[in-house]
Amino acid sequence: MPAGHAMILNGVAIDDEFAEAFGMKATRVIITAQDLTWAYHAATTATGFATSVIACGCEAGVERELSPDETPDGRPGVAILLFAMSGKELAKQIERRVGQCILTCPTTAAYAGVAGGEPVALGKNLRFFGDGFQASKQVAGRRYWRVPVMDGEFLVEESTGVVPAVGGGNFLVLAETQPQALAACEAAITAMRLVPNVIMPFPGGVVRSGSKVGSRYTALSASTNDAFCPTIRGITRSQLSPEIGAVMEIVIDGLAADDVSAAMRAGIEAIVRLGATRGIRRITAGNYGGKLGKFHFRLREILAR
Amino acid sequence: MSALRLTLISRPPARVDLSPLTAQPLAGRSAAEIAALPLVLGNRRVRLDELFRVTGTPGEALEIAGSDDRLDRIGAGLAGGSIVVEGDAGAYLGQRMTGGSITVSGHAGAFAATGMKGGEIRVAGNAGDFLAAAIPGDHQGMQGGLVLVGGNAGDRAGDRMRRGALLVTGSAGDYCASRMVAGTIAVGGRVGRSTGMAMRRGTVLLLTPPAGLPPTFNACGRFPLTMLALLARAWRGLPGPFGALPAAGLTVRRFMGDLANDGKGEVLVRE
Repeated sequence: MPAGHAMILNGVAIDDEFAEAFGMKATRVIITAQDLTWAYHAATTATGFATSVIACGCEAGVERELSPDETPDGRPGVAILLFAMSGKELAKQIERRVGQCILTCPTTAAYAGVAGGEPVALGKNLRFFGDGFQASKQVAGRRYWRVPVMDGEFLVEESTGVVPAVGGGNFLVLAETQPQALAACEAAITAMRLVPNVIMPFPGGVVRSGSKVGSRYTALSASTNDAFCPTIRGITRSQLSPEIGAVMEIVIDGLAADDVSAAMRAGIEAIVRLGATRGIRRITAGNYGGKLGKFHFRLREILAR
Repeated sequence: MSALRLTLISRPPARVDLSPLTAQPLAGRSAAEIAALPLVLGNRRVRLDELFRVTGTPGEALEIAGSDDRLDRIGAGLAGGSIVVEGDAGAYLGQRMTGGSITVSGHAGAFAATGMKGGEIRVAGNAGDFLAAAIPGDHQGMQGGLVLVGGNAGDRAGDRMRRGALLVTGSAGDYCASRMVAGTIAVGGRVGRSTGMAMRRGTVLLLTPPAGLPPTFNACGRFPLTMLALLARAWRGLPGPFGALPAAGLTVRRFMGDLANDGKGEVLVRE
């Protein structure tokens, strides 16, 4: 569609905008446990406080559930993805999170979920928790550590692979009311969770505090995205038309640009299906003018594929 | 795929060293060159075609037909490709091999898989003493790869073993896993006396309860070890009981020892 022309799907205007995303480093960790409940306990704690690299060190989330025949040890499992701005920071986060949240969780085991890539420690250093009673075992060319713990053994693979990834894909949902914006985002997240190799790291997959670069307070590097805040539209250079009452954002991290595109498309299509009759008026995307991020995801191109 | 096929003409009068067949590549050599390869028979050298009838095409596959227990060092130092032995193999089968596969339809002699670092050996029959062990003077026995014996193993199986998996479908003799450093030994049948003597680390999995273990092994209890599920998956499809272990793993009684030698080895006995 040529620039300047409107793109309106089911009454929802799609802005001629693009999401600006960044190169990151990522890995996948497979967590298994006696049952899915305990695998999720470990997965949710290991990916907790991991919404943004700005203050959390990494961005992480549950990718999907794994059936017993998909896991290395034949138990139910959960795959989590972790993203950071550097391999060094990611290695630090992996060790802390696996050590504090998976090692500690009853019945769990942790395995590398990425084949290839640069190896970083998964259990290589955590093994020393075993205080000399730990034992290694090589099976089918892969090394595992067996760390004695009070419920038996914590089995953890020595290392996991770190691969280049993409973080910060996004789109914004503009609706008439807050409940309508949230309902649209919930529908989008449900659809996006079916896409492999991606996570939406914010709570429930949705951000309500989108940010802009910079602040009038010099100590802060980012501040509220006032152009999209409806309650101050009268005193700022608002980008919201009068009928917009709430805006929410979905941020996507993926192992590859195509994964992020696929997730954005799945999410936006789910929202478009709700349409203007459900109060959804517009979809746009966040960027920094295209000069900071290596990856640009144009909304209209993604939907036109 | 065509293979080079060596058919033993008659039982040799003395032991024959077949390691030259794997010391250098056979591919690309003419039939005449292969027929002229020198082999050591007892204390003298003979041409290969004095012992074998040579057919087929040299390449990655070698077949030894009518094989005999006087044929030593079959597959010694093998780095790739396959060797199929129709009959028995002598001593030092697959010694120090690093890759490829050896299949023996009969029995194997002593010192098979000693110093082996990779690849796979399958013996349908029995294996002699010091299987996957260290030969005198070596510090380490088997250091990688997989050995599967369909029958029984002799004494000292896995002596000084360092890495890899040794699976014995039948029974193992005395001193199985003696001085073992690491790796995995699994035995489907009975084990002889002093299993795990001087064992430092490593795993011995016994599908049949042993008559006894050295007094320097202590019982640790009964556990469903997740690690065994990984082994079960890695071995799935192998002939015999190890290829049919439950995917969810096993519940085992765990004994740790040898306490006279660091005590971090384990003997796991299937419930």
